[in-house]
Amino acid sequence: MSVVADQNRPGQRRREGAGTPSPAMVRVLSVVVGLVAWEVYGRAVHSVILTYPSAVVRAAYELVRAGELQFYLQSSVVVLVLGLASAVAVGIPLGILMGRRAIIEHAFDPYVNALYATPLVAAIPVIVVWFGFQTTAKVILVFLFCVFPVLINTFQGVKNTDARLVEVARSFCSSEWRLWRDLVLPSSVPFILAGIRLAIGRGLVGMVVAEFYTTITGLGYMIVQYANSFRMDRLFVPIVVLMLMGVGLTGVLRRLERRIAPWLQVPQEE
Amino acid sequence: MRADDRISPLPAVTPAPAPPQAMVVVDQVSKSFWRRGTAALQTCSLQVPSNEIVCVIGPSGCGKTTLLRIVDGLIPVDSGRVLINGIEVAAPRPDVAMVFQHVGLLPWKTASDNVAYGLRLQGRSEREVSDTIARYIDLVGLRGFESAYPYQLSGGMQQRVGLARALAVNPTVLLMDEPFGSLDAQTRELMQEELLRVWRSQPKTMIFVTHSIDEAIILGGRVALMTRRPGRIKEVIDVNLPRPRDPEAVRRSPRYLEMREHIWHELKVEVGGRALS
Repeated sequence: MSVVADQNRPGQRRREGAGTPSPAMVRVLSVVVGLVAWEVYGRAVHSVILTYPSAVVRAAYELVRAGELQFYLQSSVVVLVLGLASAVAVGIPLGILMGRRAIIEHAFDPYVNALYATPLVAAIPVIVVWFGFQTTAKVILVFLFCVFPVLINTFQGVKNTDARLVEVARSFCSSEWRLWRDLVLPSSVPFILAGIRLAIGRGLVGMVVAEFYTTITGLGYMIVQYANSFRMDRLFVPIVVLMLMGVGLTGVLRRLERRIAPWLQVPQEE
Repeated sequence: MRADDRISPLPAVTPAPAPPQAMVVVDQVSKSFWRRGTAALQTCSLQVPSNEIVCVIGPSGCGKTTLLRIVDGLIPVDSGRVLINGIEVAAPRPDVAMVFQHVGLLPWKTASDNVAYGLRLQGRSEREVSDTIARYIDLVGLRGFESAYPYQLSGGMQQRVGLARALAVNPTVLLMDEPFGSLDAQTRELMQEELLRVWRSQPKTMIFVTHSIDEAIILGGRVALMTRRPGRIKEVIDVNLPRPRDPEAVRRSPRYLEMREHIWHELKVEVGGRALS
């Protein structure tokens, strides 16, 4: 910025404020432009290759009216929720245990590192052979996709617990269990929530891939089915739903973080 | 004339006589940390009479904090022993509370929940807890800040919460590890007056570690001087100023100046060897 501009900064800023739209405006405009471009280009291309937004909306309306979308969505959500919940239920306590007890850390970390590094998609046929095509198999897959980010982040959070606070707790004769509750868990909350946010993204991938393989129900099944019949408009409906789920769940988690960890707002308030 | 002024002239700085039945007895304690390879404490002995304030002063890194952590039962001794009320210390005890240099409040708990921390760990009833915390929040002058989080409080207020947290469990022994070290001069003097006021209303056996000669004389019934690392108690001085003390009057008294000079001299010997004296 030039020296002249710096000299009358308040005026400069006001002019900028009036001339450039707000970030929200830019975002909305960008999406509108994108959708219009897609609409125009999509209409020019054959419907077997590409569809366009208004056709997707029409297809979504049809699928909702027929009850098809709700049916498949419900089965997908059940799988995602069960897999994610069990990943959280296992990942957090195990992460804390590994963080607090060196022997447990060393006993588990070869498995954790190996499984986290393995592309779990490769394990899908094995899971299918063992657990079949039903909900159980898919929940196990989603669990495997989700558990490692939760576990590893919890472990990191526990390791980051302020040693001085642990000494304060010991000085006040805290039991190990109370130490977890009062100290270890709250100080790991930001790590754990970040882990769950990662887990949601991975969980959605796991869910769809599992449904591709088992192809009986779910959004993944819808995708395979309509791709095979070249119904591009209907094919895009579950994809858009998946996108909305990802964005929505992550947003809910951000809000939750602000609710349950108000002390983390310090840097933002200053 | 004030009482303080009439004390002088005194002979020289008098060594304290051995207390008849001390509440805290540190007996020939040695401690070294294998990581650093050097001894922190070597045959360190100290006796603290019941309901007395003993201020421990010494050069930086002489093992003052180590001494407190040993008395609190947080770290084991290599040799020697610590007795509190006749019982050897092996682990932290509920009747011994510590105020930390770093305050050590839980960031996710409000001021009143931080004050309640020790009480809840002792499994007191919620009614008792809320009565007690109200009393101690008042005592340290924090009414109106009960639901503030530590990050919303100033350094002095945080340290008040730390003090209230330690007092709330009604300990017989209170260990203070340079609690006012990080405060500005004015807040520090206010906190000293506050501490003396609280101590008068609820006498406790107190070991108060400090860097400040002034603070040691203002607060202490005795001042224990430590040598440089490996730390040992070199001398215990009986402050012998009447209580209640008015810090301003104390600072003007010849007795204060005499002790200050003596302690400063001894510390200089420890820090810089004989060359400085």
